[in-house]
Amino acid sequence: MSIEFDRKIHRTLEDANLQLAVYTATGRLKDGRTEIVSPAELPDYQELRTEAHALKKHVMENLDHYLEEFERNVEAHGGHVVYAKDATEVTDFVVGLAKERGARLIVKAKSMTSEELDLNERLEHHGLEAVETDLGEFIVQLAHERPFHIVGPSLHKTRYDVAELFTKNLGVAREEVPEKQTAIARRVLRQKFLAADMGISGANMLVADSGAVVLVENEGNIRLTTSAPKIHIAIAGIEKMIPRAQDLATFLKLLARSGTGQRLSVYTSILSGPRREGEIDGPEEFYVVLLDNGRTRLLADRAKRQSLYCLRCGACLNACPVYRKIGGHSFPWVYSGPIGAIITPQFLGIGHEPALPFASSLCGACAEVCPVKIEIPELLLSLRGEVRKAEARERKNLLEKLAFRLFAWIMTHPRLYEMAGRAAAATAPSETGGWIRSAPALMNIGPLRAWLSQRDLPPAPPKSFRELWRRR
Amino acid sequence: MVDQLMPQVGMAMVEVLERLGYRVDFPERQTCCGQPAFNSGYRAEARTVARHFLDTLEASEAIVIPSGSCASMVKNHYPSLFEKEPATLARAESVAARVWEFSEFLTRVAGVEDVGARFEDVVTYHDGCHSLREMGIREGPRRLLAHVRGLDLREMQPAEECCGFGGTFSVKFAELSGAMARTRIEAILRTGARTVVSADPSCLMQIQGVLSRAGAPVRTLHLAEVLASR
Repeated sequence: MSIEFDRKIHRTLEDANLQLAVYTATGRLKDGRTEIVSPAELPDYQELRTEAHALKKHVMENLDHYLEEFERNVEAHGGHVVYAKDATEVTDFVVGLAKERGARLIVKAKSMTSEELDLNERLEHHGLEAVETDLGEFIVQLAHERPFHIVGPSLHKTRYDVAELFTKNLGVAREEVPEKQTAIARRVLRQKFLAADMGISGANMLVADSGAVVLVENEGNIRLTTSAPKIHIAIAGIEKMIPRAQDLATFLKLLARSGTGQRLSVYTSILSGPRREGEIDGPEEFYVVLLDNGRTRLLADRAKRQSLYCLRCGACLNACPVYRKIGGHSFPWVYSGPIGAIITPQFLGIGHEPALPFASSLCGACAEVCPVKIEIPELLLSLRGEVRKAEARERKNLLEKLAFRLFAWIMTHPRLYEMAGRAAAATAPSETGGWIRSAPALMNIGPLRAWLSQRDLPPAPPKSFRELWRRR
Repeated sequence: MVDQLMPQVGMAMVEVLERLGYRVDFPERQTCCGQPAFNSGYRAEARTVARHFLDTLEASEAIVIPSGSCASMVKNHYPSLFEKEPATLARAESVAARVWEFSEFLTRVAGVEDVGARFEDVVTYHDGCHSLREMGIREGPRRLLAHVRGLDLREMQPAEECCGFGGTFSVKFAELSGAMARTRIEAILRTGARTVVSADPSCLMQIQGVLSRAGAPVRTLHLAEVLASR
């Protein structure tokens, strides 16, 4: 494990306020989801999941076809499709267009894809001002942090933190009431919307048969971002594709329910192309940037391709007992929680944080709530295997490898196993009257030390089961 | 784990099975299912141990395991482990079809819910995650407990959360694992139960370890131990 990963986990666990904030917020989202996908509320929930999984599988297997269909339909509506390999290509496109049109101020809708690209920093580097307009994103942008949670970027921030950030950055009087804080943000952002030259959004879904970009939200800021400025650019991973408009019936039923426990988000926008003649609003120019950034590599891996089915609803984060303890910022990349644990190694390489796939008790709560049935625990197991293969190639972690070789050897030699068991029982630390609290200094190393750092150890019984069995 | 650390669990399971009229055998060459290696990413080592499991137990008519996690390893993960070895895969599938987690064997094979047990205590039941989510075992253990005379079963809120054990996770991410377990015991203590029952020895070891460290007057017992008492 990298020292950084270890330290971040430790710090988060030590922070009692943060623990409470994360546990409470994720608990609320988790319970909201449970209720709204219950059989009484949504009788065909399991069928919808199966269908969503099948649709995503079909799209991934025929992505070339759907990308072309999508492109044709966007162009037919007067929009433009741009293919981008990586963050540099996205930045070049946006900066190039901004220069051509003389744009300087960009308003942004919440987008994990944009976070993945560090787009704001890149744009600022080129002298453009990019302002996040989702309240949570606005807060983390002021704090110079990345989102803590896929759906709730600032769920780790208390209203006092927000009061602090607003006074410091916006030059307003200290305000601790959330509703009033929202009003401040609204006032600031409204000016930005009116002055913005360009709006950048992500996409929850891309609909191939209609060339449409679908965006869900609760605040209305996405509507403004995508319609007030003259130019709208939607940046979306190629995996966001769905075949037909009618498939929205499946995905929209699952998305908000899984993410925020709502039947539908407050706003669902289906955008296809720029403003047409006779329309009273909408941008003059409409671009969809289709982003690869490693996705085609995942697509090529038949076994792990399902990682691309993700809708970014965040349900797995809320269900995950690990995420609920270590929070989003302990994770090595912008994508946190169970989905982050499976896609980070695939996007950034297995060596980026080799311990990440191991940071799970494999409890399976994530797979249980995933609306598209991604088999997250299986993928973690598969990634663990890949980490070991890489270690073997690089001749790393040899001691642990040796320990498991020894384990396999002992477990396939029953007499040796029994002798080892007796020896361990004879030398194990013991304590009168029950469970073992500590071990002598010389023995207090490795896994035993790690175990005892948190909890007591059962004493070795006088006889093993097989000994009792023989004496029956 | 039962053999070396919780022999009383094995004895209790034997007692319940014999009470129901089953002839119990313990092929003595058996050791482990290989899950520790598998979950740690050491697939070759896991395969070696899994082959030994098949060698020692494939002659049995039914294989009853006092751990949902071990049972799930054989039932759900052996197939992927041997996907490239057709001959072993066929053996693994044949064995997997005869593997039962203890409560599952009682409710689905023996078809009993009342094993004639008496246990006077306030009890809460902890679902092992692999029993619950990989094996789909939820109601069975609760129905078995509901028929135990004198037993007052109370559900935890939330009911189905991980205890944080996770095999080598418990020592690789010790502080995190401990934090998860402490959250779990808060839910246990809120029920007012004096005994935590589970069908997974590893969960019991984790939960008892943290209860013991906290000095909480709550004990842990395996489902078999409760069902064996009269």
